[in-house]
Amino acid sequence: MNFEFSDEQQQLHDSVDRYLSEQYSFDRFRTIAATAAGWDRAAWSGLAELGILGINVPTEYGGLGFGPLETLAMMGACGRSLVLEPVMSSAVIATAVLSALASSQAAADLLGQLAGGEKIAVLAHFESGSRFDAQWVTARARRSGGGYVLDGHKAVVMHANAADVLLVSARIAGEPHESAGISLFAVPRDTPGLLLDVYPTIDDQRAADVYLKGVELPAAGRLSAEGAAFAAIEAALDIGLAALCAEAVGIMQALLDATVQYVQSRQQFGQPIGRFQALQHRIADMLIHVEQARSMSYLAALRCREENVVERRKALSAAKVVVGQSARYVGQQAVQLHGGMGMTDELIVSHWFKRLTAAELMFGDSDAHLQRYAALTR
Amino acid sequence: MRLEFTEEEQAFREEVRSFLRERLPPAISQKVLNGYELSREDHVLWQRLLHERGWGGMGWPVQFGGPGWNSVQQYIFEEESALAGAPRLIPFGTKMVAPVIMAFGNAAQQQRFLPKISSGEEWWCQGYSEPGAGSDLASLKTRATRDGDVYVVNGQKTWNTLGQYADWIFCLVRTDSTAKQQSGITFLLIDMKSPGITVRPITLLDGGHEVNEIWFENVRVPVQNRIGDENKGWTYAKFLLGHERTNIAGIGIAKRELQRLKAIARSERKAGRPLIEDPLFAAHIAQVEIDLWALEITNLRVLSAERGAKAPGPEASILKIRGTEIAQRISELAMRAVGPYALPFRREAMEAGWQADPAREAPGPRYASILAATYLNQRKLSIFGGTNEIQKNIISKMIVGL
Repeated sequence: MNFEFSDEQQQLHDSVDRYLSEQYSFDRFRTIAATAAGWDRAAWSGLAELGILGINVPTEYGGLGFGPLETLAMMGACGRSLVLEPVMSSAVIATAVLSALASSQAAADLLGQLAGGEKIAVLAHFESGSRFDAQWVTARARRSGGGYVLDGHKAVVMHANAADVLLVSARIAGEPHESAGISLFAVPRDTPGLLLDVYPTIDDQRAADVYLKGVELPAAGRLSAEGAAFAAIEAALDIGLAALCAEAVGIMQALLDATVQYVQSRQQFGQPIGRFQALQHRIADMLIHVEQARSMSYLAALRCREENVVERRKALSAAKVVVGQSARYVGQQAVQLHGGMGMTDELIVSHWFKRLTAAELMFGDSDAHLQRYAALTR
Repeated sequence: MRLEFTEEEQAFREEVRSFLRERLPPAISQKVLNGYELSREDHVLWQRLLHERGWGGMGWPVQFGGPGWNSVQQYIFEEESALAGAPRLIPFGTKMVAPVIMAFGNAAQQQRFLPKISSGEEWWCQGYSEPGAGSDLASLKTRATRDGDVYVVNGQKTWNTLGQYADWIFCLVRTDSTAKQQSGITFLLIDMKSPGITVRPITLLDGGHEVNEIWFENVRVPVQNRIGDENKGWTYAKFLLGHERTNIAGIGIAKRELQRLKAIARSERKAGRPLIEDPLFAAHIAQVEIDLWALEITNLRVLSAERGAKAPGPEASILKIRGTEIAQRISELAMRAVGPYALPFRREAMEAGWQADPAREAPGPRYASILAATYLNQRKLSIFGGTNEIQKNIISKMIVGL
């Protein structure tokens, strides 16, 4: 048992931390968030040069061949800096699903392009009726000529507007809730019949509802074995969930630090408000939540590649419950202890709170994972 | 002991209902029931309609042009108004400065200001908090120095709600910095058109503009606009804060929002079934509904104990804490009810009449677009009007005597 980063992981952590502290200030976040695109290609190139886009790509495809612990080491800083570029969507989730399908030449080629940041890909999987139930797929693929035609609707696809390629799950057979019968397709952004309705999310990221209307693809557009993509998709989502937990913990720590600083400097009744025991206890509760969440972010990183699917799901659901509940408490209390200032757009506090709120809702909220955990353990 | 209202009170409720049926414009109630923002004109129109019915000065005695309702009648009126989708009354005129003017203003001030508050012709806002004086309001620094028959005001107020619409502001200013904090404060009424006033918007985390900073630079205020005596403003301010706390529990609004939450949970699907059938989500709704029921009865106990017209005592802090916690919880559950569609945020979707591009489907159900923003915005409830932490101090000091 050992919860220390290796030297290499610590180095990665420190370099990402330093780079983002210097290069991705709150002002930069605000500037990028205010643009129509909502992300910045120069910032993306910077992240590519830093090397973090290839972390999850195997070395034979041009990546660094690292895994969840290295992802853990870098995601906290990404959260704290409120990085708007698709690190999670493309460099974590898309690379994970492509790595699992890399026996396909198309997947292998794309993986190589993702490793260096030349291309961006995002997984377009969840649907409006699924409520984050990963098996729920109603988008249809049918064979036509030598290729496929896709129809369907994917909901709230994070960073879809930034993607060169969408990795779209569609059902070739079976009913909406079945894991069998799902294939995965690479759909270039400019494919006729692919329509994106792009919008900001509550935390100033960008997402889109993706509509597929008679989208024609060649046979090589299919990345998975026919009808057999679910295991790869679920594995990628689990790796993404672990990364999301790490990102959330980074934000929680930042909010705790900012709140401690605030209550030490804010004077009311002739003293810093941090002298009041009621607020000291609140801070102590926040800290307990942060540490519990950190523990579970470690569990998630250590178990997100577990081959026993039941054990993996248990660990990840437990992690999401704790991280989600902690995110809620720490976010709400950070705003509360900042008083009116915590409600303003001007302070980064409200932006961290919003990113945590979004994190709690993504990949299934605490309730959804509490119920899944109960079902797995009864 | 009985739970039912008296026959007279029930008849009064019917009277309020029929007024709301006849006079509340559907264009306004639809906005309220769907959670959209109201314009200044919406608020002013509703105040005028109430005034025409003789209800413009809702909590006021008859001698000042009010309907002379007791606190139970006010409660019934606010509950029915909320359920029908009437705008929340902007409190700064009718509920805050007006009672101060009635109790401590002179006859000239009463004649000058009260009728236009009742009719909605003049919009009031509040100049209390300052950057360095929030929970510790008595440490305020905005100064007023006497120059003949005017005060010259310099300083900064903040967290001023809807001051961008206001014609007048009531302010606490320091007139004696040598006295102990509470003893050097004066209560002034200031025309917002006075030279030297600058209103700067504060953008909140949901992108909305509902609060402002207000700067005063050599603003000249006639002495005749002072309420009561110089340096006695703290007494009037405390009196005002007592009135701010009538209807502080927000029972009617919470009931309305709970109905909306249930409607959303019936409409949303989880694994093909209505979300409201999900045992965990249903239990969350039941819990908040039970909490609200308990608070309603607590509120009625407070009202029953003071069936006169006096302002509520420190027990209002119980109502404020639980009322805001319940409102926040309802907004949180509504956000969670829509799953991934809580994430899209289109500021323009908070305005009534907004339509998504008709060539595409809206991202998620129409009602989803404002739920997360509402949740974020409602975090203010436990901060403003005296933070919930300050309310707990009041309970432990004033009720318990610790």
